[in-house]
Order: sequence, then C-alpha cells, then structure tokens
Amino acid sequence: MAAKTLTRMDLSEAVFREVGLSRNESAQLVERVLELMSDALVQGEQVKISSFGTFSVRSKTARVGRNPKTGEEVPILPRRVLTFRPSHLMKEHVTSGNKADA
Amino acid sequence: MIRSEMIAKLSEENPHLYQRDVERIVNAIFQEIIDAMASGDRVELRGFGAFSVKKREARIGRNPRTGESVSVEEKHVPFFKAGKLLRDRLNGEDG
Repeated sequence: MAAKTLTRMDLSEAVFREVGLSRNESAQLVERVLELMSDALVQGEQVKISSFGTFSVRSKTARVGRNPKTGEEVPILPRRVLTFRPSHLMKEHVTSGNKADA
Repeated sequence: MIRSEMIAKLSEENPHLYQRDVERIVNAIFQEIIDAMASGDRVELRGFGAFSVKKREARIGRNPRTGESVSVEEKHVPFFKAGKLLRDRLNGEDG
C-alpha cells in the first residue's frame, strides 16, 4: 500500500471533475470551504458535516508540564484544542478500504 | 455550522452557481477526503490540518458486560490533526 499524500490540488481537481468550473475557480471554492470551517471553529462553533464528521473546539485548563528531555517543569497555559470525531460512514469506509487486502 | 449552512453561505457568495452545483462541489470535496483515506492515503491541507489513517493492532478485548474475552481484529481508523495556523488562530495568535 503505497500511501500517497493528497493536497488542496487534488480536492480542486475533484471539484473540477464534478462541475464544469475552471480549475482556478475550483481551487478558490476549496479554499473558501476550508476558510468557512476554520472561521467557525475559531469563533468556538462546532462544524458538523453529516456523513463526514464533527470538528469541535475544547478548552483545556492550565497545567504543569515537563520537558521530557530535561525534566524541567514548564507551565502549560490554558488553551483551546480542536478535535475531530469521524462519522460512522467515514469509519466504515476507512476500515473496509484498509482491510488486509494490500 | 452544518453542511447545509455552509452550502447556503457559498451559494450566497457565488450567485452565478446553482445551489445544486454548490451542493455537488461541497460533497465532492468531503467525498474525495473519505475516498483517499479509504485507500490508505493521507490528505494534507496546509494551515487547516491533515487527515490520515491510523492502524490499530489486533488485540484481545473484553465484553464489559460479561467479562468474556473476544479477539478484536486489526483495523484502521481515521485521524485528524489540526494544522499549526488553525491551532494558533484558536489561541488568539491571529495569522
């Protein structure tokens, strides 16, 4: 299984194939979709894409961490982290697509 | 925000596109990501994040209700890691 890495270009290509838009406009739409999701998340909003998954923002409180190399204690400030919960459909596709058939 | 709100927003911003086509565009984007992961590929969207597939080794699990041992097969699960720009923006370091 030679894993490839897809990028924005591949997503624009998928849009280009799906609808008769120019490559340039397809790329702009991909960018805008990512922007809309990012902006909603930055505002603390959940992004729920049915049959894909849910992105949500969680707040973490401050805690004392440790530099694993030096053993030094370092304060970790309160921060917000992003979590992604895949939909059942995505999990099923990923599980069945990667079954020991490679 | 849910999928339909995203589609509504994009349609509003792109009055030259039929809403039907905007739906197809949005679906194509998410479907492409699922298809890539189903083939074991990674999708890296700089600034936003990366979708990848993680392998979970086979293990002996337990039915929590009965305590019975069951073998759980090796499987692959989807994983997302937020990109640096988005992580920074979530924490007010606007870029």
